[in-house]
Amino acid sequence: MASWIEKQRSILDYTLSSLMRRKGKNISLFIVYTVVVFILASAMFFTQAMKREASLILKDAPEMVVQRLLMGRYDPIPLDYLQKIRGIRGVISADARLWGYYYDPVVGANYTVMVPRNQSLSPGRIIIGNGIARDRMINRGDIFSFRAHDGQSRSFTIDGELPAASELVSADLILIAEADFRDLFGFPASHATDIAVSVINPKELLTIARKISEQLPDTRPIIRDEMVRTYDSVFDWRGGMVIVLIMMALLAFVIFAWEKASGLSAEERREIGILKAIGWETSDVIAAKTYEGSAVSFFSFTFGILLAYGHVFFSAAFLFAPALKGWSVLYPDFRITPFIDPYQVAVLFFLTVVPYTVATIVPSWRAAIVDPDSVMRS
Amino acid sequence: MILHPAIVALVLVSFLISGMMLYSALFGFRVIRRWDIQSGSEEQLALERKTYLISTILSYVFVFQIGSLFLYVYTADSLHNLFIGAMCAAGSLYVDPYGYPTFILKILNCILAGLWLIVNYVDNRAYDYPLIRKKYVMLLIMMPLFITEGISQWLYFAQMRADVITSCCGSLFSSERSGVGSEIVGLPVKAAMAGFYLSLALTFTTGFIYWIKGKWGRLFSFASGLLFLMSGVALVSFISLYFYELPTHHCPFCVLQREYGYIGYLLYAALLTGAVSGLGAGILMPFRKVPSLSGSLPIIQKRLAMICLIAYAIFAGISIYRMVSADFTLGLL
Repeated sequence: MASWIEKQRSILDYTLSSLMRRKGKNISLFIVYTVVVFILASAMFFTQAMKREASLILKDAPEMVVQRLLMGRYDPIPLDYLQKIRGIRGVISADARLWGYYYDPVVGANYTVMVPRNQSLSPGRIIIGNGIARDRMINRGDIFSFRAHDGQSRSFTIDGELPAASELVSADLILIAEADFRDLFGFPASHATDIAVSVINPKELLTIARKISEQLPDTRPIIRDEMVRTYDSVFDWRGGMVIVLIMMALLAFVIFAWEKASGLSAEERREIGILKAIGWETSDVIAAKTYEGSAVSFFSFTFGILLAYGHVFFSAAFLFAPALKGWSVLYPDFRITPFIDPYQVAVLFFLTVVPYTVATIVPSWRAAIVDPDSVMRS
Repeated sequence: MILHPAIVALVLVSFLISGMMLYSALFGFRVIRRWDIQSGSEEQLALERKTYLISTILSYVFVFQIGSLFLYVYTADSLHNLFIGAMCAAGSLYVDPYGYPTFILKILNCILAGLWLIVNYVDNRAYDYPLIRKKYVMLLIMMPLFITEGISQWLYFAQMRADVITSCCGSLFSSERSGVGSEIVGLPVKAAMAGFYLSLALTFTTGFIYWIKGKWGRLFSFASGLLFLMSGVALVSFISLYFYELPTHHCPFCVLQREYGYIGYLLYAALLTGAVSGLGAGILMPFRKVPSLSGSLPIIQKRLAMICLIAYAIFAGISIYRMVSADFTLGLL
């Protein structure tokens, strides 16, 4: 056993010194390898972080939301549905929610306008998210005017800004009083946007949802778990999509690695020839080449992951965010909570190190079967 | 099909492994037909050189295969919240009929690759490659299994549909489906316990006899294979219950989670090592009479037997320690 370790140590020793002797060749490989790991890791860390943020937000979402459908499209829900839903056994509360979108042509963004459920605002006053405050350069005390449904403008005094901590959800949010909301959008007093339902026993959610859709056939209940699932699969899909797109780059990298590994210089061939002449076996040379590949992989992989970590968690993934974040025009400016899952590192390993290693097997073997006699003669 | 990064990685790896196996098997076919150690021809020389390539490829296949086994289980686990009723990997693997077959094929292929490497190691000890044809026949048998695994895994992921909100309906969709079964049902506890402890005792008795006297090697190897199966059954029907301290949760995958200190990795690594080395000792039995191996083979086999016993001792030790130390009891002892 001890002699085996000693032998491996010597092979490793030789490998590292031979890597150092061919700096130019290996540095270019290292850079390309690092970039590939960096891109993949950034995409994965970012989608994972978004999934986490989304699930944190959805934790506070209502257990069930009931929407009304008309001709297969979403429609405001009549308020008398509230009584029917409250009458179902197991429902603790059912509240009407009022919210909608307002398109602001100045910044070209959609705001979410909402009537807060647990906070009363006096008429004529609004609270805005700090994304809006930033883009419109308005602050507490300023006047913000909207173009209402009838073409007239309505002005509101800004009563405050929402805390920055909740920016992911509230960047584009405007809180408004109920009367103002109905007036702004011309929304009839007998209707609401949708209904939030909470139940006593979460296990009964499905049954209650079924009862609601039986009693009120023109509605669709949406359960929070379904939202979580949908978000998860949307973000997974985006991450996967990016990876499939990067696959082409990965293929190019594999070809590059193959080329690098098989392009042995005359000097390197002579070196291997001499090693074999002084008693190294083919399997020893293969081992040396394996160590060489592992060393390059180890440094590039680690370095690529560190770079991606900085990119995603300290600079908010400025390279990828537009592609991965989504549909909104007004992006929240937030710092993602640093978080790495060993599982993601394993997936990354399989996406980068494994293809690289496979690409170098045949070239290392080719190098190892060099015939010492012919090499030293030439 | 769910386009999850891990699924892309698993499909990529299975593609690479299948490719490597196919290449090795094609070469194996040539070896079986043309190998002639007496000849000094160009072709024979090329074949001899290429055997190094195949050993290297198979070592990588073995390593990647183990990695892909764990990644597969972990991915199934991380996907569970996309399916109604699935609580962990046990549930996600049920979502279509290919989940469990792929899992079992992955384990089988890990063991086969390990066994091949053992035979290969022994073969390289001898100057005349006495096992070369046999090991390439073995490779030809393994190749379709690896490819089946790749196809089965592809079908598993391709048929997966996440239960997400569609534009036409919300939870109606959910309540119409009954959801996948989320629990595995184990064998009755008493039968599983009896099987596990009996095969444990058999393996250790025959193992020590083999270690000391060099007898009963085949029986020992058979017992170690049986113990592997019985340990799997035991894990599902009662060992897991002690880890979760829940009388109903029979999942063999949750022990891999952080909540249980990732102890599952050690358990599974011990089990796989035990199976590969125990079966490896047995598979070498018929070659003891080969003259060029008669010196080295018994030593290798004894070492394998020792590794097997140590690995199973780790598995049984951790499991039994947990059964004794946990507050949970099944009320049988």
